[in-house]
Amino acid sequence: MLQRTIPLVIVFVMGILTTLQFYIPHPISQEFYRTTIDWMNGISSMAIILAIGSLIKHHWTKVSRGQNVVYSTTTLVSLAFMALIGFIGGIGQHSLFQKLFENVQIPLQATMFSLLAFFMASAAYRAFRAKTFEATLLLLAAFIVMIGMIPLGYYISPGISQFSQWILDVPNMAAKRGIMIGVGLGMISTSLKIILGIERNWLGG
Amino acid sequence: MRDFLLKLGNIDRRVIYGIIAIGVIIPLLRPIGLPENITPPVKHLYDYIDSLPKGSVIILSIDYDATVLPEVHPMVLAVLRHAMVRGIKPIGLGLNPAGTGLGLDAFSKVGKELGKKYGIDFVYLGFKPNVSATILGLGEDIRKVFPTDYFGTPIDSIPMLKNVRNYNDIALTISFSGSSLPENWIMYANARYGEKIACGVTAVMAADFYPYLQTGQLIGMIAGLKGAAEYETLVNRLFRRLGLKKPSVIAIRGMDANSLAHVLIMIFIILGNLAYFSSKRGRKE
Amino acid sequence: MSHDPWVWISAILSLFIFSFLYRDNPFYKFAEHLLVGVSAGYYLNIYWYNGIYPNIVSHIIKEHNLLYIVPLFLGLLYFAIFIPKFSYFIRWPIAFLLGTASGFAIPAAFQARIMEQAKGTILFSPSSYNSPLAFINAVLIFIGVLTVLSYFFFSKEHKGGLKISSKIGIIFLMIGFGASFGYTVMARVSLLIGRLQFLLGTWLGLIKY
Repeated sequence: MLQRTIPLVIVFVMGILTTLQFYIPHPISQEFYRTTIDWMNGISSMAIILAIGSLIKHHWTKVSRGQNVVYSTTTLVSLAFMALIGFIGGIGQHSLFQKLFENVQIPLQATMFSLLAFFMASAAYRAFRAKTFEATLLLLAAFIVMIGMIPLGYYISPGISQFSQWILDVPNMAAKRGIMIGVGLGMISTSLKIILGIERNWLGG
Repeated sequence: MRDFLLKLGNIDRRVIYGIIAIGVIIPLLRPIGLPENITPPVKHLYDYIDSLPKGSVIILSIDYDATVLPEVHPMVLAVLRHAMVRGIKPIGLGLNPAGTGLGLDAFSKVGKELGKKYGIDFVYLGFKPNVSATILGLGEDIRKVFPTDYFGTPIDSIPMLKNVRNYNDIALTISFSGSSLPENWIMYANARYGEKIACGVTAVMAADFYPYLQTGQLIGMIAGLKGAAEYETLVNRLFRRLGLKKPSVIAIRGMDANSLAHVLIMIFIILGNLAYFSSKRGRKE
Repeated sequence: MSHDPWVWISAILSLFIFSFLYRDNPFYKFAEHLLVGVSAGYYLNIYWYNGIYPNIVSHIIKEHNLLYIVPLFLGLLYFAIFIPKFSYFIRWPIAFLLGTASGFAIPAAFQARIMEQAKGTILFSPSSYNSPLAFINAVLIFIGVLTVLSYFFFSKEHKGGLKISSKIGIIFLMIGFGASFGYTVMARVSLLIGRLQFLLGTWLGLIKY
């Protein structure tokens, strides 16, 4: 009962009510709608407990087992330090918290993702082969968009940029719209399956 | 020739890394300054903001994080400069926790640069975790979603927000993101409340948003570093017309390097294909 | 060259990450774990100051609005995951969020992703008739959307007309993916440009702005 029935009832009731209220502009329906969206932000905020708790548990277990002690300790200490700095000194523009964000978190995160430029260049060299008609078509479209989107393409001939824009506006748009409509239908059917209790994977084991 | 191409096929990845690094560094140190053409989606957004009456309120939603900082952050700075210099009042908020500090940095920086006052000319509300609830909530009452601003000041004591209640009082919302998050603004704010939406997205995501541009669900889009450079160009022209000091042009400065890196990638693809088709496997297929 | 110690910290940490290009090494691993820890500490504060406190706690403490005890209770059930005997209680807040999000998504997705997109495909805007090219484009879009949808239609075997239609759909899809890939190159290169602008400009002072 507590394990499966109540969660399924909550999903069903909330799902049906929030869907129906879209079509029923009654004051009670509106009040329910406002209260629900107000609560959603509060409940979602508290999900951070789950994320941070799991992270601490994972690294704590590693430290206590003597695995990767230095690295896991780095994570735990930096987590505690950053958290304390924010709770003690605040999170304003001139706080130490913001300084650490700008000068530790940003460079690490941004540089981590900048590595992708190198991996993509390597992949471009090794993986993008015009083996079939479809692959050739893909590469041709990619080449035109690549050259058309950079200033060099426009400098060589404005026509290249115009053709590239046409690819984006017409065939690309049609393809993406087809996918979008398909995904939209998928979203609706998945939502309905969740609300009606047909899809229960979220309940876990 | 075939042997040479075969050898090319086995080239060490670190050589490719080195060529790309040099290809980006040289134009950064010695830029040529190739002219920037303005694409229609960027022009539409610029013109829309330009046409708003002075004192209009717009939302800039900081929905990106540092992983896409070089692409999206220059867009935010350029749009903020444009809005503030035109007397339009931006509200900053975000749906990505890791972007909260970036938005704070952008708003504070441009506000200071143009001598604007916090709470009167611009305001920063910070982050909320639930995407659909936040976007829908802003259509009902901004005070319910954001009882306070980022610094903990109650919304009612912020002069700029005295007459701002919901989307009816907000002329435009621009979502800056490295993901498909702007679609949520279209689904919830535009479809339900009729709010005008635009977006500033990374180049990876840009092609996916064209269907929304054609239907008018998006009134404009800034796509990737190129889009940011285009917006910077337009803002620079405006600043020149107004006799103001030209702001820093971080995206424009990066475009020469972008051009050369693209040419290199194209050469890599061509060479990779030549090497492949020279090899036994390639010829068999 | 910069004299700001913060810039130096940023630069050194960036170099730690770049060292991965040569091979995996302790500097990279340290930087990677530091990022995880700092980000988690950052999120904790942001969620508290921007979410938990203003949207729940302050309502209860300052306004004495006891209605907010309900979301507080549901939120606290997240802790249940750390108590094996009662871990199933975590399903309650998840059920609330999943139900509401699904309910909101149905009409929104129908309107924004299906109705508007179908209108944009079938009802050509007046500008479609302005020139022969505009009209051809509108027809191409119509054919493209229909054939792409037919490619994803798996309820019937792709034979005869459906086979031809899905083949045309593939052509549109490949051009679409190609366009995305073309843009992706710019995205990835831009990220590198950003970091190098920082290292060469802000840190080493070799680029003047």
